[in-house]
Amino acid sequence: MNAPNKSGWKPEMQVAESGFLGGPVTTTGNRGLMLEEPLLFEIGRADVTGVDLPEIDPSAPNRLGGLARSEAIGLVGLTEPETVRHYTRLSRQNYGIDLGFFPLGSCTMKHNPRLNEKMARLPGFADIHPLQPVGTVQGALEVMNELAHWLITLTGMHGVAMSPKAGAHGELCGMLCIRAALEARGDARDVVLVPESAHGTNPATAAFAGFRVEDIPATPEGRVDVAALKARLGPDVAAVMITNPNTCGLFEKDFREMADAVHAAGGFVYCDGANFNAIVGKVRPGDLGVDAMHINLHKTFSTPHGGGGPGSGPVVLSEALAPFGPMPFTARDGDGVVHLVEEESAAEFGHTQAFGRMTAFHGQMGMFTRALTYILSHGADGLKQVAEDAVLNANYILRSMEDILHAPFAASGPCMHEALFGDKDFTNGLSTLDVAKGLIDEGYHPMTVYFPLVVHGAMLVEPTETESKAAIDQFIAAFRGVVERALEGDEALKQAPYYSPRRRLDETGAARKPKLAYES
Amino acid sequence: MRYLPLTDTDRQAMLAKIGASTIDDLFVDVPEVARLDGPIHGLPMHASEMAVERHMKKLAAKNLVAGEVPFFLGAGAYRHHVPASVDTIIQRGEFLTAYTPYQPEIAQGTLQMLFEFQTQVARLYGCAVANASLYDGSTACWEAVAMATRVTKRKRAVLSGALHPHYAEVVKTMAHYTGDEIADALPSITPDPELTGLIARIDEETACVVVQYPDILGRIADLTPVAEAAHAKGALLVVVNTEPVALGAIKSPGEMGADIVVGEGQSLGVGLQFGGPYLGLFAVRDPKHVRQMPGRLCGETTDAEGKRGFVLTLSTREQHIRREKATSNICTNSGLCALAFTVHMTLLGEKGLRELAAENHRLACLAADRLAKVPGVEVLNNGFFNEFTLMLGGRPARAIIRDLADRGVLGGVSLGRLYPGVAALEHALLVAVTETTTEEDIERLAEELEASIKETV
Ligand SMILES: Cc1ncc(COP(=O)(O)O)c(C=O)c1O
Repeated sequence: MNAPNKSGWKPEMQVAESGFLGGPVTTTGNRGLMLEEPLLFEIGRADVTGVDLPEIDPSAPNRLGGLARSEAIGLVGLTEPETVRHYTRLSRQNYGIDLGFFPLGSCTMKHNPRLNEKMARLPGFADIHPLQPVGTVQGALEVMNELAHWLITLTGMHGVAMSPKAGAHGELCGMLCIRAALEARGDARDVVLVPESAHGTNPATAAFAGFRVEDIPATPEGRVDVAALKARLGPDVAAVMITNPNTCGLFEKDFREMADAVHAAGGFVYCDGANFNAIVGKVRPGDLGVDAMHINLHKTFSTPHGGGGPGSGPVVLSEALAPFGPMPFTARDGDGVVHLVEEESAAEFGHTQAFGRMTAFHGQMGMFTRALTYILSHGADGLKQVAEDAVLNANYILRSMEDILHAPFAASGPCMHEALFGDKDFTNGLSTLDVAKGLIDEGYHPMTVYFPLVVHGAMLVEPTETESKAAIDQFIAAFRGVVERALEGDEALKQAPYYSPRRRLDETGAARKPKLAYES
Repeated sequence: MRYLPLTDTDRQAMLAKIGASTIDDLFVDVPEVARLDGPIHGLPMHASEMAVERHMKKLAAKNLVAGEVPFFLGAGAYRHHVPASVDTIIQRGEFLTAYTPYQPEIAQGTLQMLFEFQTQVARLYGCAVANASLYDGSTACWEAVAMATRVTKRKRAVLSGALHPHYAEVVKTMAHYTGDEIADALPSITPDPELTGLIARIDEETACVVVQYPDILGRIADLTPVAEAAHAKGALLVVVNTEPVALGAIKSPGEMGADIVVGEGQSLGVGLQFGGPYLGLFAVRDPKHVRQMPGRLCGETTDAEGKRGFVLTLSTREQHIRREKATSNICTNSGLCALAFTVHMTLLGEKGLRELAAENHRLACLAADRLAKVPGVEVLNNGFFNEFTLMLGGRPARAIIRDLADRGVLGGVSLGRLYPGVAALEHALLVAVTETTTEEDIERLAEELEASIKETV
């Protein structure tokens, strides 16, 4: 929880008056604990290393086929103390869940339990090779199988492809299963319908999988326009990709009805499961007519985002699609022995229609161990409580903000795990971006901004279940404070943030003349 | 429950504020048919940290740990020593629990690290620009083919027979659905990579030719002639590297004229982890190709006070802006693995990476010489870095590998596992050696291999 702001700073104060930034200039550019850190290439040296290795014997014979490197690579090194300090100092310029509330909508930034980290590092999981003889990795296959069992049961689906490496890769896997199923029945449909509110990966995936993408509109209450969807169905529609709960934070009430219509018209239903945290243990997507759905283990099941990844995106599949799931698969035989179904053993396990392979090896094992650890910690009862608390927290924020902040779908009923706001009432040219940057000064990571695209200046707030009421109350107070400034047209907000390691960065300049590597 | 801070009193107070009487009032939009009345049946209930730990340890104990036996597996995943400080850094909460750096003012740690990472990868590969990572080497390989088809506006990719078969499989899987045409082949069992045949397959319709370096059999060859042949036909050369440590000893792909260089970064910092998460590396030699690259790019800029800072840039290539016209659908990548790679690379530096490569090569030469003395065994390769192919004189390598495992030695990867059903490759065994291999390990493998061969008819 962030400490109350006792610095004496007031919104109306000029920057220079605040004392903090108006203090004396330092020789180093540091400001106490706010430390400046040069680039590695400015402090490292070509002849320094932090690893003790034997010196190279230049007279040793080699079998490099005449390709021995003659040019320098251009790398620099640091000793261990310097390395630790360099990256520790950099780490301090980052915001993470460990530091504070991180309400980044659609990203489910919940606490990352450290037991997960400890279990993933057991040598029996961390130090095994993907191509070891199957008899020497039975425990690893059991982890995959046990996790697969949980995912199938929690979603009420038929099978699961474990290998996709993140949500978008899972989408691709699901959409390729659909392509394979269509191909198997000699059906040339190639249109995929995607709501305007969908995450960018949905249309990108459908296009990458060789489909043509068409938009379907949303209703004023923030859900898929069922009538428009039904009207568009036909012999050319291969699938719909619908996010549920959707990116406006609402449950698609009519999902089953849409799914039935799609099926009746010969298409398949892909569900983007990025928002599964809202319904885990409460609703099984299989009961809603889903054919394929990816699950972001790095959202719902608490594996860390790591500043951009790695993730893991297993895809649960309906009975109609499971036969097409890619290699490798895991399967348990009558004696309880777990087998890895690969290209060669496919026939033995009756898995002969696999559409191919999404990746070398078996998927994100390191994420499987973490996710399984988390799932076992919560159990069926705890996971249900996870969904309930996540939804409760989001509704609490929605109802604590709607009196001052435009909440376009507040009248549509309760939200799910995230609350959506827009910037239509701000004055003096202030926008969502300014509120986000103002929240940085308050010590928060901002919410997701400008997504979904269907709301002007969208602010998508996802608190998750791992926040205390006190933490949420304090966030609400800070959020209200910044929003009030935006409503009043506070000019100072346009320059925020003031207190972060960097002020606003010139993104236009960065893109106009890209500088993507260090040049000495 | 230890991860849930709300108390029942809190919940009641919050429901009151919302104007709901029970939690289920918040789930009214879920249709009746899909509502569950209690915890899902047939699944265990919550468990203590101690109980979960006990369960997971039991599963871990069923695996044979690579570090506990003489170990010689490679084929795209290598066991290297990772300095202790790497794991300490990646477990710092500010890195571990951050998201993709969408708010650069409070993500300079991740962003500056990515800028350093991109620079290290570009230099290692002999390229101008590297991206901020993809999922792994195999998916990076497909992304390279997809990019080559965009750049050349052609639809045909020629794959070298000595490309990792899983990588080839990923490319073929994707191309089947995008309508691209893939010409692939099996590896030829020859002491040197077979480049003449590969060059002959490049024509005016070819978008790119994809070559692995060192190749799946551990062989190395100068790829300059392939680059020249490809360029003469207007095609791009994509070079795939699965062992970045090799590039501390041999020429970079960029130096030989590769246009796109992709690979697996797992060797540095990441560890084996049963195949994932790993680290996809992706770089281009010519900066003019940057706007066709997949994935995130970190660039340098300045902030409102004129200080240097970093941001994600050129995002008009990406799915969140471009949607169905994006260069790739990738969103989450391998950020934390990139950090591990960068910290390890920083610890090594130029000097350390070259020494590490030399030590790998020295031990691999020792191993090749020793194993060549085992009756019935021949080393196929002329050249190699830290991995080479043994021919077992007509004996099936899979059976030998399983037998070796029973004798407590993880002896390599049989090509039979990688190319099921291809009789010509059944008798070949891939052996990888790294700085973690001891001379005793090599002796042990030689002895057990000899014994195993004698007993396998
Ligand atoms: C709604 C939605 N769909 C898909 C994705 C893509 O998931 P990933 O980033 O794991 O590829 C995201 C992640 O940001 C998302 O929020």
